[in-house]
Amino acid sequence: MSEVIHADHHDDHAHGPAKGMLRWLYTTNHKDIGTLYLWFSFAMFLIGGAMALVIRTELFQPGLQFIEPEFFNQMTTNHGLIMVFGAIMPAFVGLANWLIPMQVGAPDMALPRMNNLSFWILPFAFSMMISTLFMEGGGPNFGWTFYAPLSTTYAPDSVTYFIFAVHLMGASSIMGSINIIATILNMRAPGMTLMKMPMFVWTWLITAYLLIAVMPVLAGAVTMMLFDIHFNTSFFNAAGGGDPVMFQHIFWFFGHPEVYIMILPAFGIVSHIIPTFARKQLFGYTSMVYAVASIAFLSFIVWAHHMFTVGMPLAGQLFFMYSTMLIAVPTGVKVFNWIATMWRGSMTFETPMLFAIAFVVLFTIGGLSGIMLAITPADYQYHDTYFVVAHFHYVLVPGALFSIIAAVYFWIPKWTGKMYDESLGKLHFWLSFVGVNVTFFPQHFSGLAGMPRRIPDYALQFADFNMISSVGAFIFGFSQVFFLYVLIKTIRSGAPAKARSWEGAKGLEWTLPSPAPYHSFTYPPEVKSEEVHG
Amino acid sequence: MQVTLPRKLTTRLLRTLEIELKVRQSRMKNQILRMLTGTLAFLASGVALADELNMRVGVTDISRQVYDLHMTIFYICVAIGVVVFSVLFWSVFQHRKSKGAVAATFHDSTKLELAWTIVPTLILIVMAIPATQVLVAMYDTGGEDMNIEVRGYQWKWQYKYLDEDYNNSFSFFSNLATPKSQIVNRSAKTDTYLLEVDEHLRIPINRKVRFLVTSEDVIHAWWVPDFGIKRDAVPGMLNELWAIVEEPGIYRGQCTELCGKDHGFMPIVVEAMPEAEFDAWYATKVTSEVVRQESMSKTFTHDELMVQGEVIYGTYCSSCHMANGEGVPPVFPAIAKSPVALGPRDDHLSLVINGVSGSAMQAFGKQLDAVQLASVVHYQRHAFGNDVGDISQPQDVINLSNGQ
Repeated sequence: MSEVIHADHHDDHAHGPAKGMLRWLYTTNHKDIGTLYLWFSFAMFLIGGAMALVIRTELFQPGLQFIEPEFFNQMTTNHGLIMVFGAIMPAFVGLANWLIPMQVGAPDMALPRMNNLSFWILPFAFSMMISTLFMEGGGPNFGWTFYAPLSTTYAPDSVTYFIFAVHLMGASSIMGSINIIATILNMRAPGMTLMKMPMFVWTWLITAYLLIAVMPVLAGAVTMMLFDIHFNTSFFNAAGGGDPVMFQHIFWFFGHPEVYIMILPAFGIVSHIIPTFARKQLFGYTSMVYAVASIAFLSFIVWAHHMFTVGMPLAGQLFFMYSTMLIAVPTGVKVFNWIATMWRGSMTFETPMLFAIAFVVLFTIGGLSGIMLAITPADYQYHDTYFVVAHFHYVLVPGALFSIIAAVYFWIPKWTGKMYDESLGKLHFWLSFVGVNVTFFPQHFSGLAGMPRRIPDYALQFADFNMISSVGAFIFGFSQVFFLYVLIKTIRSGAPAKARSWEGAKGLEWTLPSPAPYHSFTYPPEVKSEEVHG
Repeated sequence: MQVTLPRKLTTRLLRTLEIELKVRQSRMKNQILRMLTGTLAFLASGVALADELNMRVGVTDISRQVYDLHMTIFYICVAIGVVVFSVLFWSVFQHRKSKGAVAATFHDSTKLELAWTIVPTLILIVMAIPATQVLVAMYDTGGEDMNIEVRGYQWKWQYKYLDEDYNNSFSFFSNLATPKSQIVNRSAKTDTYLLEVDEHLRIPINRKVRFLVTSEDVIHAWWVPDFGIKRDAVPGMLNELWAIVEEPGIYRGQCTELCGKDHGFMPIVVEAMPEAEFDAWYATKVTSEVVRQESMSKTFTHDELMVQGEVIYGTYCSSCHMANGEGVPPVFPAIAKSPVALGPRDDHLSLVINGVSGSAMQAFGKQLDAVQLASVVHYQRHAFGNDVGDISQPQDVINLSNGQ
């Protein structure tokens, strides 16, 4: 070990970022790449958000006012694809890049060149996907779940670009995951045993395995689509002996783990923020780790609960209903553990903590509506209505997205060496909190009253709730532009941050100065018990 | 003078603008009022508004069971939410640093953690028992009194009465009946906006009706909330559903699987009729089916074909090729001055009968009868500025179809 350290020592003089813009193209530094991922995901978030506002503008009133149904379908599809693959996932990878080496006591990621490649694929993939909107016949219009045969026989010509873009996104995710696993398993500082790893590292380790397991499945699905479209195969074409339902099984075998890919790192983030601001150790670290592992396992055996109405035998329906309900148990354990962490703590409510508490409350609401959706006979009435839209937006917006925002506020002093403006942060929180609930809470009601999802126009009894929802969407949308302002202000003129930026913060990253040095730990740090969560 | 005239003009302009603004403001006010009342109504959550806020109880035994199950699960979830959030907020308000709270040091408790693993599991079992019962009841197919095939098309439903007890089977399409002018806000919207069709699916009450659901093109989903049933219509697959409706009435639903451009515009309307009334309707339907079959051998005049053709064009063609025949190129080509509409008649007829594979142009030979096909093609060849001067008769369609 010591030999390696000595060999490294000679390179000390080269330990700074390169000059000029090309630095960003050639960089193999985990912080640079993390920054690229984060800004990229923010840009995608604003584009996907603008599409959501187009949707909500059209739905403000019954009747067709602004856009045609054909374009409406392109907006819902691209909003979903961009938010899932362009905003939430790259943001988590960006956070992983920034945080994992610092949290395990490593100088950088294990595979820095692949790290560069896995980021730089993404702008090409998304430019290609978004460019289809300007092509003859328009872009993807078959929903983010792209069910065949709507996405094959009946798809616009541009679907081939979409397929290629999905392949690229998958390749990027797989490379990112390999890198994360390699880093976590090989680059931990001496003494950082697996059961001493911070929760964010644990959740990402499990997420990375999920990604490696399911991304090839997605690639398989789109490849079969490609063959059906161009090479006369009939994987999903009933007329040729294929099966459109098989597409859904394959898609959701990818898709269900995918939704946990978007929430497990969020669990990790919240498990850092709540103990910090409660000034109390995370309750039940071990059970937290096991809960994440069991959620990951269960995510592989519940996929057909997205397909209760597709026509399955009774035994299949029962199996998927029971297995889905089971997920509530480990998820419940996590929520109870967070509350137990807060219990008899000494809490303060800085912006990251506000977002984290809102996460716990609103994610739980999304989880409870998830239990309702798991009940097959009742699901027949909820399926493909706005009740589902409300459910998954509750777990993804105040769930995944709030955790990302919380993470940015929590770690930005470490990244930039500057503190954000607390009152602006709080204002951002309250605007987002009000916006998200005004947008999505009424959608539970329109769904129960019978409004199908993905429709550009609706019957009159849904008018009031849609109007409220649209108003909320604009509040929420513009408060994220305000977030951009808060970030820029922090980077330009934030007050200097301390190394340990929060009183209760624990973990190796807080032992580094703020901003953190370009190469996090050039010598393996000592893992002291007071920096360990478990 | 030179100064006053513009001033007058400006004041006038300003005044019109003011009026315009006021109108808009009052419209805005109305909207805001509606929103406020909506919110208030939601807060008051009166029983009268239950329809807008909650699942419908429906009119079948199954739908009532589903509703009860939904309410049971909902109350359990609310109870869990109340308990969990009370503890959380108690902690948030009591255990804050500003109140001088000092952090405790406990960080695990096997007993507690076991408790909150086991108790939720038990609650889930309590939920699963009624859920399983209702699901098993829903799967109790068989013993039906009649069968109806429900077939989804982009973007309409076809209903085919199959039952052997009623010797003759017949079918019809059920298309959206809401006029375009309401959708594009040129005329006032009625109460059944987007939930009305040209021909209802009629079923008798108190009889077990079995629906066989399938699709001709992409996946659709057939849902009647008041019956508590929903099933995907998948091409190449036959899904079954059933309902015994207890009250006569008109029940409305919508397609609930994204199926392309007009997914939002293919409603489902079911009319449940007292048995005797239904039987009488069924008998007339069978008679008119015989009459329809006979009309296949008739010869029509140009004017008759144009009148029928225009109606059929409006129902089947105009959503893609547009009312003016201009289409939306390149996805939906124009009919006005198109090579097909001006070319040989039989080519035009075959294209409409067989569709264009790999495109949105369907094979209308399966959806329309010979009279309808002949008249719509004749109409297309003599409307939108086209004037070929030939004539298409049902017999031509039959000959063409037989020739293939």
